[in-house]
Amino acid sequence: MTTDYLKSVADSNQWWALGPEIILACAALGLLVMEIVLPKKDHRFIPFIAILAQAMVLLTVSLNFRTIWLGENLFGGLIKLSPWGQVARVFFLVSSLLVSFLGTLCLPRTKVPRVEFYHMVMVVTAAMMLLVQSNHFVMFFVALETVTIGFYILVSYFRDNALTLEAGLKYLVLGALSSAIMLFGIVLLYGAVGKVSLNGVTHTGFEFEILNNFLRHHPDNFLAIAGALLVVGGVAFKIGAFPFQIWIPDVYQGAPTPVTAFLAVSSKAAGFAVLLTLVNQVFTPLASILVPVLSLLAAATIIMGNLAALTQRNAKRLMGLSGISHAGYLLIGVVASFTVPWATSAVWFYLCTYLLASMAVFGVMAYLSGPDDTNQTLDHYEHLAKQHPFLGGILAVGLGSLAGIPPLAGFMGKLLLFIVAFQAELYSLLAVAISGVVLSIYYYFGWIKSAYFEAWRPVSTETTPITRSVITIPTLTGKWILGLLALATLLLGCYPGPLSHWLPF
Amino acid sequence: MNSLHAQLLQLAIATPLLAALIIAGGLPKRFAVKLAGLAFVVPALIAAWLWQQFPAEGGATYHYLSNFDTGLGRFGITLKLGLNGIALPLFLLAAIVGLAAGLYALRSGAERLKLYLMLLLIMQGGLLGVFASVDIFFFYFFHELALIPTFIMVGIWGGRDRNYAAMKMTIYLTAGALLSLLGLIAIYVKSGAQSFDLIELKAVLAHQGLAPTAQKYIFGLLLFGFGTLVSLWPLHTWAPLGYGAAPSSAAMLHAGVLKKFGLYGFIQIALPLLPLGAQTWAWQLALLAGIGNILVIGFITLAQRDLKQMLGYSSVMHMGYCFLGISCLSAIGTGGVVLLMVAHGLSVALLFMLATSVHHRTHTFDLAEMGGLAQKTPVLAACFVAGTMASIGLPAFANFWGELTIFVALWKFSPGLTAVAVAGVIISAIYGLRAVARIFFGPPSEHLQQVMGQHPPADLGWGERLPALILLAALLGLGFYPQLLSRSINQALPIGTAKIITGSAPTSPAQP
Repeated sequence: MTTDYLKSVADSNQWWALGPEIILACAALGLLVMEIVLPKKDHRFIPFIAILAQAMVLLTVSLNFRTIWLGENLFGGLIKLSPWGQVARVFFLVSSLLVSFLGTLCLPRTKVPRVEFYHMVMVVTAAMMLLVQSNHFVMFFVALETVTIGFYILVSYFRDNALTLEAGLKYLVLGALSSAIMLFGIVLLYGAVGKVSLNGVTHTGFEFEILNNFLRHHPDNFLAIAGALLVVGGVAFKIGAFPFQIWIPDVYQGAPTPVTAFLAVSSKAAGFAVLLTLVNQVFTPLASILVPVLSLLAAATIIMGNLAALTQRNAKRLMGLSGISHAGYLLIGVVASFTVPWATSAVWFYLCTYLLASMAVFGVMAYLSGPDDTNQTLDHYEHLAKQHPFLGGILAVGLGSLAGIPPLAGFMGKLLLFIVAFQAELYSLLAVAISGVVLSIYYYFGWIKSAYFEAWRPVSTETTPITRSVITIPTLTGKWILGLLALATLLLGCYPGPLSHWLPF
Repeated sequence: MNSLHAQLLQLAIATPLLAALIIAGGLPKRFAVKLAGLAFVVPALIAAWLWQQFPAEGGATYHYLSNFDTGLGRFGITLKLGLNGIALPLFLLAAIVGLAAGLYALRSGAERLKLYLMLLLIMQGGLLGVFASVDIFFFYFFHELALIPTFIMVGIWGGRDRNYAAMKMTIYLTAGALLSLLGLIAIYVKSGAQSFDLIELKAVLAHQGLAPTAQKYIFGLLLFGFGTLVSLWPLHTWAPLGYGAAPSSAAMLHAGVLKKFGLYGFIQIALPLLPLGAQTWAWQLALLAGIGNILVIGFITLAQRDLKQMLGYSSVMHMGYCFLGISCLSAIGTGGVVLLMVAHGLSVALLFMLATSVHHRTHTFDLAEMGGLAQKTPVLAACFVAGTMASIGLPAFANFWGELTIFVALWKFSPGLTAVAVAGVIISAIYGLRAVARIFFGPPSEHLQQVMGQHPPADLGWGERLPALILLAALLGLGFYPQLLSRSINQALPIGTAKIITGSAPTSPAQP
């Protein structure tokens, strides 16, 4: 351990490169301080301060989008900024802003502490941003656990609701299991590389480049293959791929609506960002094993998600189960990325359209639900389009985009994935995906149907009054936000130029 | 001059879509109705002008071309608009039927009229876009744009069983559309043209065609994709149900125009680009269409008691002729199909509209409960009889020329199927004339007397008469002088279909 070496490590500690994450975490801590310091009547401003802080960080990241540290190993190889990492940072910040907005809708309806929610959202977002930049399995695991532990708290945030507590417990147990699986995989990989030298501690099997180099020379090392599969299994839990999808319906139903949205969008995107990094930078030599495994996973995920969602009437469970099928479509993109380089862009394009559409739907769900948002069924949406044309319109745009109907953005996302799959010659996966999309039409349009089409009833029978709680009328801000989401979905469907130019194809 | 025409073409597509956007923005109902009327008239005028200006000897190539990059240029997807000799008649059809359906909707007094008009305008914009697209991606995109409003209109304003019908239509048509999308993407990827532009695809594939196996599979995808959309037996079950439930304007536009998307795709895309694939599938297609669509559906149509269901089945049946014409793989057959597509679009739109007019006066769609309406409403009866005759394919109407040319081409392909097809004409004469007799002649039924006692039926008002006359005039005009369209079709066909097919025939083993 020479001085030169230590010096080079110290030189690579570019704290400014992690500015956004640091600011976000400091702001999150600041919120807690403010709760103590500020007089009680001023506490209502804290959510807005939180949103403002996130917006500022978003601004910094987007202004400094092509940062000077791109592609450099920082912090002794722990962190590596990549163009995709920058995209992911922006994605997570936009998502957390929208989740915070949903929080301002849902939290006041129940008696729960508010400030901690925003605190947790910001911390988890910062951890996700670190996760996608990590270039080293220790960094990777620490960031991932920060995310997971944050979600343990967020999922069971409404402590007085039995279903929420159940969701929290399920997520805790299964999340811990998946972490254990992943950790075991990491350790196996580390052991396979087998350079337990004290000299140059960072240059070990934890580091992505070293690992990739090792795998290239020993592509049939059994320990490494087992380790890689276990790591992929751990990530599959995050994205809700078969057979790790079992937690999704219960947790999505029990978690508060903003947290469900956070799980559905950010957590899933983080999982895919990580999977893409692993597949394209680390496990590339294992393509002959990972391609069949991931293909099988994708097909099973699509079939499982769509079949399970078919008969679902609970809105949040439906979002969860249909989200599984979206993970399946995205996995096709991941499989294709082994052979077609621009598949990564297609996956991110899809994730962006998924963000816009899902957030619009979750927004409508938040306006429709009362203090207990776990039991919202599709019947609650009856007459929505007539009584609240605005919410009905947003819902239709969001669901239409999720179903992949042109001219909405979701269609463009699916189109790019299909083209990628064709170029990678994944014909059987395409067939599965097409049947999945057709199945999904049934439940997405079933939802739209309950909001738009009046069911035909004989005149003689008594009409049962709807049992839903009173709909919160959207404020002007709420209308703007939902309207912008829907408008962006529509515009990107007709004119995908802005998004496709922004993504580094 | 050409750039002015290109802009007019863009304007024709943009007007209905912009009007829909303005109405969605919260225009008061009074202005919304006027704006919608304008937005239906403008494309019709433009289409008529473009048709009149279309160069006499230029049917083979695309005219009025314009090109935009929507941000997918790197995938070879650009919004490229233009018309050739095959696209022109269908563009005109979309404009005319759109005008008729729009005018009818303006006076229909539907509930939530603004939403209704808005959806109809989106549909109209999509329809015009389908036939003006040179880029096959946008060809698909515009089709879906027109399809979505159909589902919503069936679901909200539909008749009995509307929820079931809307759902069934949605699932069938989405499945069909996705299959054809896969086929289109496959052409793009396999051709290596790096472009969805039809002109470029044709150039690349004329130089070197796809491998026979690839052609076989891709044509199969398109066959079942487009086939579902055009109600090829046995994938037709959505059609009678959907048309039975759809409100009249939506049924007019869907059955009259949108359904022609699949046939147009066969003629403009599948046949020229995949000649070997077409040869492998021709017999399967011909048998499905001849036995399934014409004979089986013909007999089912005979058994219908409900007027709208009967019209729905009859439109499925007439699609059989179009499929037969396509499976001949000859210039004369495909030319006949284009002519029949236009003629069928006009006649079926007329009949769906008049069926609703009949319903307004009799309060029933049940043929057994009608009768004797001709005495009270002579104009309605005259229009309906004319529409029925056109639909059967009697001379003096446009349908006659379409069916005749198809039969001529079919004789070369298979005399047996020609006999089946001709027998189909007799079947359609039986159910068509029987329906006319039940509705308009004979003594009125008890039910009808009751209804007429309460609401004495009035003859067609101008809101109904004008669209009916527009459609009838087009049918008769084409019937007496088919050259109005056939010249441009003729010029487009030799290059579009026959040349490539005959050119590649020697290289492939002869089909038994």
